[in-house]
Amino acid sequence: MHLAYPAVLSALLFCTGLYGVLARRNAILVLMSVELMLNAVNLNLVAFDVWLSRAAEETLHSGQALTLFTITIAAAEIGIGLAIVLAVHRNRGTSDIDKLRDTAEGHETDGPDHDALTAGQAEKAEATA
Amino acid sequence: MSLAAAAATAHASTTTAAEAHGFLSPTGVEIAFLLVGLVTFGAALVTVTTRQLVHAALWLVVALGGLAVEYLLLTAEFIAWVQVLIYVGSVVVLLLFGLMLTKAPIGRSPDADSGNRWAALTVAVVAAATLIWVVVDAFRTTWIDLDGPAAGSTRTTGESLFQNWVLPFEALSVLLLAALVGAIVLSRKAKETAPEPGAPSEKEPR
Repeated sequence: MHLAYPAVLSALLFCTGLYGVLARRNAILVLMSVELMLNAVNLNLVAFDVWLSRAAEETLHSGQALTLFTITIAAAEIGIGLAIVLAVHRNRGTSDIDKLRDTAEGHETDGPDHDALTAGQAEKAEATA
Repeated sequence: MSLAAAAATAHASTTTAAEAHGFLSPTGVEIAFLLVGLVTFGAALVTVTTRQLVHAALWLVVALGGLAVEYLLLTAEFIAWVQVLIYVGSVVVLLLFGLMLTKAPIGRSPDADSGNRWAALTVAVVAAATLIWVVVDAFRTTWIDLDGPAAGSTRTTGESLFQNWVLPFEALSVLLLAALVGAIVLSRKAKETAPEPGAPSEKEPR
């Protein structure tokens, strides 16, 4: 099999996940898109492992071991991520990430800590300048 | 004279190599990979574009299952079954639980996509074009040899995992334990205000 097939498919899936992460508004849909990106990486790892195990006689099977690790980490990530999303939903009543702008900078921040925030920002700008 | 002969032999060798690898007449594996890949990519596209949230999770099942078939076609059978077990079996169920517990709308939700959709589309298309260009250019003349014993059978994977990768494997189990404890802590804090929901979601991936 030509190596370009799995590589191109993995690139396409990764960019689909990238679009989903950037364009979706619901936090759980963002998590789904992250899963797509992780799966694209897994496909790349498996394809290159199968190629290298023949072409370079690589016997460590590092690609497949890394794929298993990535799958496990993805499961842990989705568990923690959903727990966070559920906690946010319970506290705020929404899982819409466009509405969770408490730590956002810019003109939309209002309330008592606005001045402190801008002061801190100015301080930081001075420190970096 | 010798130059022409060398060119002729080079030409012959490239044509035989192409025939042996089946670049112009793709093998059955390549056709199957291409078809399943199209289905997978289409399901992924529907996942990130549909306005019905539950349908997105169900199309994700199609995409992940298609990827499991791709692993099988790449002779990585253990990874394929792990993919089916963990992704299709538990991650999607967990996502559906999350959708239900956050009271996601069942029908069409008009605000599933945020306002920066066109910027996201531009970024994704540019990234895809760049990645595909680089990857195709880099691996133009590379073929995977799928004949012979499977590169990813359960025996091979297990041997490499427990001979060469034991320490990362055990470290990963500690990480899973930490994730479990973290999920419990996160949902216990919220449980003081709202006692009931969130209980089934932490048990699922373990």
